[in-house]
Amino acid sequence: MQSKMKESDPILEVENLSASTDNLPILKGVSLTVYPGEVHAIMGRNGCGKSTLSKIIAGHPSYIITNGEIKFLGENINSLEPEERSQSGIFLGFQYPIEIPGVSNLEFLRVSTNARRKFLNKEELDTFDFEELVKEKLEIVKMDQAFLSRSVNQGFSGGEKKRNEILQMALLEPKIAILDETDSGLDIDALRIVASGIKRISNSQTGIILITHYQRLLDEIKPNYVHVMSDGQIIKTGESDLALELEKKGYEWTDNFIKET
Amino acid sequence: MVNENLVKDVVKEPYKYGFVTDIETEKIEKGLNEDIIKLISQKKEEPRFLLDFRLKAFKKWQKMKEPDWAALGYKKIDYQDIIYYSAPKQKEKISSLDEVDPKLLETFDKLGIPLTEQKKLTNVAVDAVFDSVSIATTFREELAEHGVIFCSISEAVKNHADLIEKYLGTVVPASDNYFAALNSAVFSDGSFVYIPKGVTCPMDLSSYFRINSGDSGQFERTLIIAEESSSVSYLEGCTAPMFDTNTLHAAVVELIALDDASIKYSTVQNWYAGDEEGIGGIFNFVTKRGKCLGKRSKISWSQVETGSAITWKYPSCLLLGEESVGEFYSVALTNNLQQADTGTKMIHIGPKTKSTIVSKGISAGNSKNSYRGLVKIGTKAAGSRNYSQCDSMLIGDQASANTFPYIKSQQPNSEIEHEASTCRISEDQLFYLQSRGIEFEEAVSMMVSGFCRDVFNQLPMEFAAEADKLLALKLEGSVG
Repeated sequence: MQSKMKESDPILEVENLSASTDNLPILKGVSLTVYPGEVHAIMGRNGCGKSTLSKIIAGHPSYIITNGEIKFLGENINSLEPEERSQSGIFLGFQYPIEIPGVSNLEFLRVSTNARRKFLNKEELDTFDFEELVKEKLEIVKMDQAFLSRSVNQGFSGGEKKRNEILQMALLEPKIAILDETDSGLDIDALRIVASGIKRISNSQTGIILITHYQRLLDEIKPNYVHVMSDGQIIKTGESDLALELEKKGYEWTDNFIKET
Repeated sequence: MVNENLVKDVVKEPYKYGFVTDIETEKIEKGLNEDIIKLISQKKEEPRFLLDFRLKAFKKWQKMKEPDWAALGYKKIDYQDIIYYSAPKQKEKISSLDEVDPKLLETFDKLGIPLTEQKKLTNVAVDAVFDSVSIATTFREELAEHGVIFCSISEAVKNHADLIEKYLGTVVPASDNYFAALNSAVFSDGSFVYIPKGVTCPMDLSSYFRINSGDSGQFERTLIIAEESSSVSYLEGCTAPMFDTNTLHAAVVELIALDDASIKYSTVQNWYAGDEEGIGGIFNFVTKRGKCLGKRSKISWSQVETGSAITWKYPSCLLLGEESVGEFYSVALTNNLQQADTGTKMIHIGPKTKSTIVSKGISAGNSKNSYRGLVKIGTKAAGSRNYSQCDSMLIGDQASANTFPYIKSQQPNSEIEHEASTCRISEDQLFYLQSRGIEFEEAVSMMVSGFCRDVFNQLPMEFAAEADKLLALKLEGSVG
């Protein structure tokens, strides 16, 4: 199964990536390759660098890459602006989606979608056409139209914010989606909706990285690979059963790997 | 942070109205004394009552002290170092626009305010004021058919002396404050509007104020009277060239609304703000006040303040008539070393009066932006209501925002609501928008625009577009 996937070129290659913020090293040589159709899970204690890795791939300006490179569809993207990365098909689902008062969610989604469409040489959508499209996509995450007229994420519950993230993913149709703890703070029903949404949006051409603490998301979306991160490094990579083992034994179990290596 | 510098670049303001018109002007000597005032009055061939009005105001002004309570810091103004009258040299009597110096017409053309018959704006009547004098007023005949008077205040003094004598200084008395007293003594020109009973003004009226000369102050005076059951929408725009000295602008605007009349007064103020180091720029000390004299009358102020080195301005409403309504919608954007102390006063005197205040302050760079407002409900204003909302937005970490709300109620049977908030355009918000493919500049502009929406919605169509463009211009750093 694996070899079949690898007939095509990788979507994302993170090569020996080190990065720091305020002179504090956070990532210490991370390597990770994602091929089309693959689902990767990254697990690890809080503060191990999982979220940082996702933000750096999306281009967050607070982090400086000190070594290594990030390649997207074979091109080095180290110096690309966050908007360029998004337009070209990288999607980051935020752990804590940001509230933007005064900016209507509908307008935000439209501008964002059009930026991606422009990059893909597709026709940009006017308000009416966009409303048609977004109604279709709302159904994927079982969101009410009322969300569109509110300010971006403002006053949304935790679950609503996460669903709004998946709605954005559905609209942007990214090549790769990095979902940072999209499952945290969701009740069981919301988790199912989000998980089935992710499955519906992704296909054999897209890659997915799930950053999570919990097995329950991985029950819904089975990963091809599970990576365990600790202190800015990937210390173990395995298949989906690694997550089960981790759930049973806890992160203490992984401390032994570090000692061994 | 990396983005901090980017934000600075983005809000860097290109000022595209900074040119000077090279034109021969008639200026009087610098300084201020009774003789100067007599000279101004004489140049304008004013009736005796107006000269007396000026001289009385001057006496009061001499006894007054420049106010220092505003959260503003600036070099002391030397009032003897200012020229109080400056006018482009023209033929004595101009009977039509064709006789106006083409350079002046060209100036207003460049400012986007074409005046000539062929090019003039089709839906707005314009009074164009250049330094101390009004150059031209369009659509006068069309307006006259409806009985609407729209002309420069100098002409009104000549042709409608009764109205001027009856109303001038009744809303803002000469002794009201230091700058109002100064204006009353030396005001040179401005606009006059009279809407007769029952008339809805057929088009928006607009004044465009242009300061051209660097060493003379501009002291314009505007008076708008809306008779019973009439209504008018009035727009005001202002620009000035870039000089490295500060120019004083001290205007007085008086509005009077009688029974069931409504006046909507909108301003887009874009005086030169000084450079990045705070050199130059207009000192803008303005007294604007409306009197809701009549029952159910309504006065609505909306302003977009983006220019001036110093802004000191509190468009206010005196709500005398029963069930009269006052509104104040404001966006004030400051950048670099600009300082703004602006807000409103809503004085509820009559019963069942209502006022709404929505103020949005945006401070970027090292600027200082304060909201100062007074809501006062008097003993006779039973059943009155006020709602105030004051929001501040900070861009970068060097700018400051203050809110000084004063609330005085002498009427137990009244309601006052005040809401205030402060927010910052954070790196995380910008990153969020960028990570959705939205370019940095557009992200900032989207957030600022969203922040101002409540106010922009109140502006007349023509102005809303201009205001949005102006903010975008100030925020996008595009070279104009």
